[in-house]
Amino acid sequence: MWNAEDKQYKVKVGLAEMLKGGVIMDVTTAEQAKIAEQAGAASVMALERVPADIRAEGGVARMADLDVIEKIKRAVTIPVMAKCRIGHFVEARVLETMEIDFIDESEVLTPADNMYHIDKWPFRVPFVCGCRDLGEALRRISEGAAMIRTKGEAGTGDISQAVKHLRAIGGVMKSLTVMSNEELYGAAKEWRVSIDLVKVVAKLGKLPVPNFAAGGVATPADAALCMHLGAEAVFVGSGIFKSSDPEKRAKAIVSATTHYKDFAIIAEYSHGLGEPMKGIAAESIPLESQLQGR
Amino acid sequence: MEIPKNITVGVLAIQGDFERHLAQLDSLGVPHREVRLAADLDRIDGLILPGGESTTMDIMIDRFKLREPLTRFCRTKPVYGTCAGMILLSRLIRDNQSRVKPLNIIDIEVLRNGYGRQLFSSDERLEVNLGNGTKHVEATFIRAPKIVAIGSGVEVLARRGTDPVLVKSGKALASAFHNELGGETAILRHFLTHYFV
Repeated sequence: MWNAEDKQYKVKVGLAEMLKGGVIMDVTTAEQAKIAEQAGAASVMALERVPADIRAEGGVARMADLDVIEKIKRAVTIPVMAKCRIGHFVEARVLETMEIDFIDESEVLTPADNMYHIDKWPFRVPFVCGCRDLGEALRRISEGAAMIRTKGEAGTGDISQAVKHLRAIGGVMKSLTVMSNEELYGAAKEWRVSIDLVKVVAKLGKLPVPNFAAGGVATPADAALCMHLGAEAVFVGSGIFKSSDPEKRAKAIVSATTHYKDFAIIAEYSHGLGEPMKGIAAESIPLESQLQGR
Repeated sequence: MEIPKNITVGVLAIQGDFERHLAQLDSLGVPHREVRLAADLDRIDGLILPGGESTTMDIMIDRFKLREPLTRFCRTKPVYGTCAGMILLSRLIRDNQSRVKPLNIIDIEVLRNGYGRQLFSSDERLEVNLGNGTKHVEATFIRAPKIVAIGSGVEVLARRGTDPVLVKSGKALASAFHNELGGETAILRHFLTHYFV
């Protein structure tokens, strides 16, 4: 059951709080991790293939090679995250023994369990989970997620799905704040989450854990757009290391995230970035190939 | 003691949990301002340096030409740093793998992530001495820095075991832990009532 007073939970949410206002970058090598850190990333996500490659190459996508994770951990001093497959609590336990700082139970990898997500409460390591709407966010929080991110549509370089998910979460949260108790019970029933958690969100007007954006961020302006729509930090997957000048683009995305309200700064850092990742329009991907439905 | 009227407190808003500090100031009715550029420093009377990633803050301090004005501000005005903020206020960082350059405001040496990675983060009650006897406050250590040496002008207001974790030097206050994540404002109140004279 969701319990804000759980000491271990507070410490998990605490690390998520420290990542706010920052950029978390997908990296596949120690060299990329160093580039990310020097560009100002607040954290790196260690993985074997970035989402665009997973999408292009197909096959089963699993937790990253542990040697790769270890090398990345040694290369930087910022927190290191890693992904496990949805429902794969053994991959998660293995990452925990590796002293990973945050686990992303991610739809980008091939799900291990089509019914259940991991019960995240017994873990000492914090989890982040993706969502498309408020109901999904609250189900993941009930399971113990200490951070929520939008799913967007990973590996596309198309921001439209992250925008859709941020709008869906933000808009419904606003409407909760003016609902009567009867309506809140109705919402809890519809979303299959506890009324206590729904009431917490209605009272706060926001999620009880940090709410980050992910899935399709490719430009500094994309990152700033997410911040304006209520995201408290930004994950960038393929957008950096699939572009022509990763170092410069990484710097620009970090600068635009901190200064998201200052359009002159975003403009200054949007010059001369070279080619962004090519990308693919999310709407053109058949439903069964979209990662967000997982 | 009362919180002085007519002060505006800045919070360094480059990255980290600056909104938690702003919310705390809000709860005490203290006017505040987010600080991202040097010009923001001209409009505040004191500054809070929040938790977050010291590497990110350090890089952005240089990228946006904050180092010189920020150092000048911290030398003369009331400042309070938590976790990464304490690292920035320190004199020396022992483990300088990512070359963070401290502002040298408080004569302490720190070891970043000195208590280990996230698995070793913890939430505790800690006895602190804020001038009018001791009291217990919530202390959340998140990948916290450890103070490994202190200079002569530094007063220790709290320890965790034998390690100093809350220190004061002139108009500067710094903690290795977070007291801003829950509903408590004990340390912020201490800062607002004693450092703005």
